[in-house]
Parts: sequence; C-alpha cells; structure tokens
Amino acid sequence: MAVGVWNRLDQTARNMLPSGITVLLLLVGMAPVPLAGWSQVSPPYMLVSIFYWAVHRPDLLRPSLVFLIGVLADLLGGTPLGLTPLALMLSYWLLLTQRRFFLGTSFLMLWLGFTLVAAGYLLVQWLTFCVIQASLVEPKPVVVQALLTVALFPPLAALMQKLHRSYLS
Amino acid sequence: MKTRNGGAVVRVAAPLWALVQRFYFLLLVMAAIALMMLARMEPVLVDQARTRVTDAFSPILNILSRPAAAVAQVIESGRQLLDIYEENARLRDENARLQQWQQAALRLEAENRSLRGLLSFRPDPPATVVTARVIGDPGGAFVRTVVVTAGRRDGVQRGQAAMAGTGLIGRVVQVGEWSARVLLITDINARIPVVLEQSRQRAMLGGDNSDQPRLLYVPRGAQVSPGERVFTSGHGGLFPPGLPVGMVHLSPDGEPRVAPLVDLSRVEHVQIVDFGGAGGLAAEAVQPGAMQ
Repeated sequence: MAVGVWNRLDQTARNMLPSGITVLLLLVGMAPVPLAGWSQVSPPYMLVSIFYWAVHRPDLLRPSLVFLIGVLADLLGGTPLGLTPLALMLSYWLLLTQRRFFLGTSFLMLWLGFTLVAAGYLLVQWLTFCVIQASLVEPKPVVVQALLTVALFPPLAALMQKLHRSYLS
Repeated sequence: MKTRNGGAVVRVAAPLWALVQRFYFLLLVMAAIALMMLARMEPVLVDQARTRVTDAFSPILNILSRPAAAVAQVIESGRQLLDIYEENARLRDENARLQQWQQAALRLEAENRSLRGLLSFRPDPPATVVTARVIGDPGGAFVRTVVVTAGRRDGVQRGQAAMAGTGLIGRVVQVGEWSARVLLITDINARIPVVLEQSRQRAMLGGDNSDQPRLLYVPRGAQVSPGERVFTSGHGGLFPPGLPVGMVHLSPDGEPRVAPLVDLSRVEHVQIVDFGGAGGLAAEAVQPGAMQ
C-alpha cells in the first residue's frame, strides 16, 4: 500500500516535469542579462519546451496548461494581458495539426518545424501588439528574436530530450 | 439506480464534451481575446493580479538573477584588470579636473546660500532614496520594464522616479508588498516632459522600445544641437524638474533622439526617489493607464 502511494507520488512528480520545466525556462528568461541590446531580443526559451513536449507528450502539457503558462508570462512580464496565451494557443493548434509529421522524423525536420512555429508565434504576438498599440511597432527586434530563438533550439531541445529519456520513458 | 443516473449524465454530457473538445482551441483563443478585453475594461483588477503574481514570484526571480549578476561581475573585473593602467591615468586626470570644479562648486554654493538668504527662498523638501536590486527583466520586443526588490514595505509608491547612477531610468508603475515594477524611459508607453539644457526648449521624451527614446513635439524651427543635455522639466507634476535624463543625439535620418545617461542594459541597482512632492495621484492623472 505504502509503495503504491509513493509510486503514484513519483509518477505525479514525473508527469509535472514538462510544465515545471516550461515555467522554469520562463523565469530563467526573466533574469537580467548585462549585455547591451540583449533584453530587447531575449528569446522566449519556454517556447522550445512547449514545442518539444507538445510533439512528444501532449498528454502532459495540455492546451489549458499552456494557456495558463501564457497568462503567467503576461502577468510577470508586463506585456498586455492575453498577448502570450493567444500566440501560444494558435502555435499549439498549428503544431497539433502537424504533430504526426514531426514525430519520428529527423532532428533537422524537428528544427524546421520549430522554426515555423516560432515564426508564427512571434508574428501573432507582433501583429496583436501592433493592434493594441494602434501603431506599427518596429519589427526588427522581433525578427532578431525569432532568429535567436531558432538558433537556441538545438541545445535546449537536447536538454529536453535528456530529461525525457531519464524521467519519462 | 445509480448506474441509470450516471448513464443519463453521460448521455447528455458526452456529446457536450465532444463539442467542447472539438472547439477546444477556439474556446481558448477566445478566452485569450476575452482577457485582452478584460485588461481594457478592468485595468485596476488586472493590475492587482500583476502585482500579486510578481510579488509571489519575486523570491524565485531574486535567486535566479544571482548567477547572472555573479557572471557579470567576473567579466567586469576581468575587463577592469586588463585596462587598469590606462584607467588609472584617466582617473588622475579626471581627479585634477574635478578638484578644480569642486572649488568652483564650493564658491557657488556659498554665493547661492547668501543670495537665497536675501530672497527668503523656500527650498524643495529633501529627497529620500530607497535602493533596490534589479531581479527581473522580462525582455522581448514589446515592453521595457524591470522588476526590483523594494515595495510598499520600503515606502515605494506609484509614480516615483527611478534613478541609477546619475540619470533617470524610469518610473514606478506597479507596487507590490516587496517588489515593484519600473517602466523604463525607453518603453513604448513612456512619456516624460523634458527640457533641453541650452535652448530651454521644452519637449516630450517618448520611448519606442529602442535604446534611444525620441524627442517629440519639438517646434519645427527649434534649435536642437547634438550633445545638448536633457533634463526633466517637471511639467505635469510627474517628476521634479532638473533630473538628468540623457544627451541629444541625431539619428542617421536626422531625427532628434536622446541617449540615456545610464546604460539601461547594465542597471543592477536602482534608486527609487521620493521627492516629497506631488507624485502619486497627480502623476497618475497625467498618464492614465500608462502601463496598459
């Protein structure tokens, strides 16, 4: 009986890994980096985590959870409320329609898929922000942000893979 | 009995659930849009939620910001070691120059005091300062804010000025129990009434999320020369007059911009200044809902 309880607790903790690591990456992204010009283009690390788990274990990172993480990101980051959840939901939607395609294909295809999702995510955010501000916001930082996010995908995805293999396989 | 009831529930709920499943994403997208509208209609409520959440996460942010600060310190000390010789020579020069200035300042202060005595001048109330560490910089292309480790407990209030080193960096827009958020002068929503030092030309400093905010509402014929210093004008009661902000700088396309005195990407500590003036509510009236 006792073993059963511990077993279940252990399983719950493991199942919380995808959402936990996503929130952690969100918080890590908020740490101040003393590099000139970095803050403006600091990439949304959590997007890598959301992409990875949505492809491999969507049952552990449900859309509603991603929505809540987006709300948290907006509340903490000072961005207009609803901006991040909207972009995340549309990206997740896009991702789920193509999920079968990404599963089991090579890493390069996964990277390509992430590029599309990241581009879509930032494009939706940028467009929404322009509408909220009622003006054309300079798109250059967003483009640089997208490039940085895509460039940072391989190391972060490797980290996710490692966690995936050691705790959730 | 029980099973029949359960069956009835399932009969009704299952198609409903299937419907929800089918439009799940649509519902969530609509929820996100509803949140945006809520933020428009109930800004106070959303602001409170922001404050609570930031407060709750500030201990974690505080811990996470330490390694970055430590790495920055190591890099900085390495750099300082490299040019310690030139730095010393430069400082000697500067010291000699500053000592001359000090003499001038002492003389002027004495003169000022005697003249003020003649005029029965009422001095501004003395300013009090709260120093706080920067623990969060959300980054991204859309907002320029920082989260600092001082809040209501330390006497921080909305609308107070945040300075770092010698220059103004922003304004407190959100105050929690032990954390606060500063809207930087470069943010797209920041508007600060300023005055140019030489020409006494008034203008509005308007951020656009780039590193150098623009100078808005400068009359067409007005002389704006690069290198001129920019101070807060004190109009609107938002900030007291005379806080140094930056230097005029002409962008390649000839638009006047202001290079902040403080390197905003390297601010580690901020001083939140209470000038004992209007601040607070008067300042809010000038910039309604500046922080969305």
